[in-house]
Amino acid sequence: MTEYAFLIPLLPLFAFVIVVFSLRWKEKVSAWFSIAMIVISWLMSVVVLIETIGRQGAPYEAYYTFVSFTNFHLEIGILVDALTAIMLMVVTTIGACTEIYSIGYMKDDPLFSRFFAYLSLFLFSMLGLVVANNFFMIFIFWELVGLTSYLLIGFWFEKKSAADACKKAFITTRTGDLGFLVGLFMIGVYCGTFNYGGVFDSVASGMIPAGIVTAIAIFVFCGAVGKSAQFPLHVWLPDAMEGPTPVSCLIHAATMVAAGVYLVARSMNIFVASADASLVVAIIGVVTSFMAASIALVQVDIKRILAYSTVSQLGYMIMALGLYGYDTAHHHHSAGYMAGTFHLMTHAAFKGLLFLAAGSVIHAVHTNDIREMGGLSQKMKITSLTFIIASLSIAGIFPLSGFWSKDEIVATAAHHPVFLVVTLVIAFMTAFYMFRLCFLTFFGEPRDQHRFDHAHESPRVMTWPLIVLAFLSIFAGWVGIPWLHHGYTWFLYQGNPPEHTPSWVLMIIATIVGLSGIGLAYLIYYKKTISAEKIGSTFRPIYTLLFNKYYFDEIYQKLIIDPIMAFARFMWTFDARVIDGAVNGTAWATILWSDIKEWFDTWIVDGAVNGAGWLIQKWSNLLRFIQTGKVQFYALFIAILVVLFGLTKVEFASATYTWPKMTVIFLAGLLLLALVSRAITAREKAQQNNKEDNRS
Amino acid sequence: MFHYLALAVILFSIGLFGVLTRRNVIGILMSLELMFNAANINFVAFNKYIITDGLTGQIFAIFIIVVAAAEAVVGLAIVLLIYRNWQGIDMDHVNIMKW
Repeated sequence: MTEYAFLIPLLPLFAFVIVVFSLRWKEKVSAWFSIAMIVISWLMSVVVLIETIGRQGAPYEAYYTFVSFTNFHLEIGILVDALTAIMLMVVTTIGACTEIYSIGYMKDDPLFSRFFAYLSLFLFSMLGLVVANNFFMIFIFWELVGLTSYLLIGFWFEKKSAADACKKAFITTRTGDLGFLVGLFMIGVYCGTFNYGGVFDSVASGMIPAGIVTAIAIFVFCGAVGKSAQFPLHVWLPDAMEGPTPVSCLIHAATMVAAGVYLVARSMNIFVASADASLVVAIIGVVTSFMAASIALVQVDIKRILAYSTVSQLGYMIMALGLYGYDTAHHHHSAGYMAGTFHLMTHAAFKGLLFLAAGSVIHAVHTNDIREMGGLSQKMKITSLTFIIASLSIAGIFPLSGFWSKDEIVATAAHHPVFLVVTLVIAFMTAFYMFRLCFLTFFGEPRDQHRFDHAHESPRVMTWPLIVLAFLSIFAGWVGIPWLHHGYTWFLYQGNPPEHTPSWVLMIIATIVGLSGIGLAYLIYYKKTISAEKIGSTFRPIYTLLFNKYYFDEIYQKLIIDPIMAFARFMWTFDARVIDGAVNGTAWATILWSDIKEWFDTWIVDGAVNGAGWLIQKWSNLLRFIQTGKVQFYALFIAILVVLFGLTKVEFASATYTWPKMTVIFLAGLLLLALVSRAITAREKAQQNNKEDNRS
Repeated sequence: MFHYLALAVILFSIGLFGVLTRRNVIGILMSLELMFNAANINFVAFNKYIITDGLTGQIFAIFIIVVAAAEAVVGLAIVLLIYRNWQGIDMDHVNIMKW
């Protein structure tokens, strides 16, 4: 079956094509068709996972070379090893749950079919990203998930906040991808191949200078920073919650944002070769994690709290991977690789569940603001129960899956005191803000009676995925129990797990930290023995800072967006003044020149034409007096002409009357005659007038 | 031959003078007849002195007499119309042959 693993991403693509081109108007059919395809993918992933376990996690690789230069090849291929098999399970499981859930959540949406088409396209891209066997291919799918993320965040594009959020997400992640692209170029130049194995071999061979390896690692990490919403590019993820909740669950909690973690895990061999780059990764991870957890403490939007929680947990994973690279580069033992990928898996389960349950709540009360909720556990039994299970899991309470993975991360940080302290603080904050959310949403008195009255438990298509994910949130972590001999670690390290002794002390400390966080939240928000308002007013500056998310958006607005806008405005001015000026000037000159030509036409050309006409009219006006209308006058005229013509035949002694001369004489005579006739006519008219005057 | 031609010239000139100066339309027609006959005299004279054997000139003269008769008919009809329209046959008042 592993040979057919390439079909796993292609099935959702098939669903996308079919839905877009033929099932668009049949909403139910398109939804169930998409679900059928992802379920088949899920079944295949299960088989692939079993087969990979059977091979003890040995990688299977198959590829097709589609561009071949003399010493450089581009491939399309699949690589199935332990990491891939686990990611396939994560993506297909969450994907199937989300798609089923969406039938209930997106009911009555006018773009119902399109939503499933986009989800299928996303699943294709994400699964393709997971099975890719080289950096070139992973980059293509990397951009494809970015595109589908853009489409789905902006799914309700008529809402301005959603349209802005999708642009923000796309542009911010693209900033990170620019770094990834530079990293890709460097890999191509220095390694001569994009294939994972080939790149790792050439890095391990030591042929590439250490500085270049560090640069490659950091540039590749840039891509992960953008996609996994790490500091300083984390600003897009909370805004991405403008998308429908299933999208937030699938893309912005469980899978796509984990792609950055996956990329770092996948290229771990590069980070292992560079302690500096690994340290950068670890620091970015811990800073992100702390910052996001602290912001989540004071937010009031249920989805934004979960979004900051996601950023924080992703920072956790990144930190674990960075510490692993750092320790391994210094030849120390570290559990970070296992911890990061293990937490990625368990986090996908419980964070997916948290988002779907939050979606169920939003579906019931039609608001995101937790201040307007409260007491919902009376009405939404399944939702509240599953939500609390996921919260316990993320808080790291024994024996839920979050406990095991978080414990591994704490164990990773154990050798670095600063990291250990911060990690525990983050764990405390995580437990606190999750149970603040739980108590405010599901317990206490309803704060908005109207919304409470209209709340109801969601339909079965929405609650069943919750139950499935709740099951996974409890048990998914059990594969990584440290005392298990053939568990997660054994699988990930291909049957040769490193020696690792679990530490009782750390486990107990982590549990105490988690429980104390929950206890504080219980005291403040359930028992109300400690006033939240009082704490808020005591630490007013900190509260304001956190509530405004450390002013990151405002800083970016001032430092990046405003200068770009100013530059754009300057360019616009240049356009308007100089370029438009030149164009308008040309037009003005043309008009002027046309005016000159018009004048010339009117006065010179038309003047010549009219002048000719005028001359002829005047001349004719004179000649018309020859026509007196009297027959005898005409006869006289004829007689005179005959005589004149006769004269041409006669030679007188003094002169020869030739034709030209005769013509001149004739014309002169004609003119004379005309003048005489005119005078006569004028006189006759005068006489007639006189007569009429006399008569009157 | 000179005398014949001289007679024809005198006769033509009298006719032409009559056409140009007479006010009476009947007079003008009569003067026209004089001019026709001057032409006839020329035809006959040239036939006698230049084409000695043949009657071309005489035949032509007879044709002209016939045409003159027909022309007189048309002319008198016009005169009749002029009389009706102008209540007289004085050519000075007939001045409609213009623009």
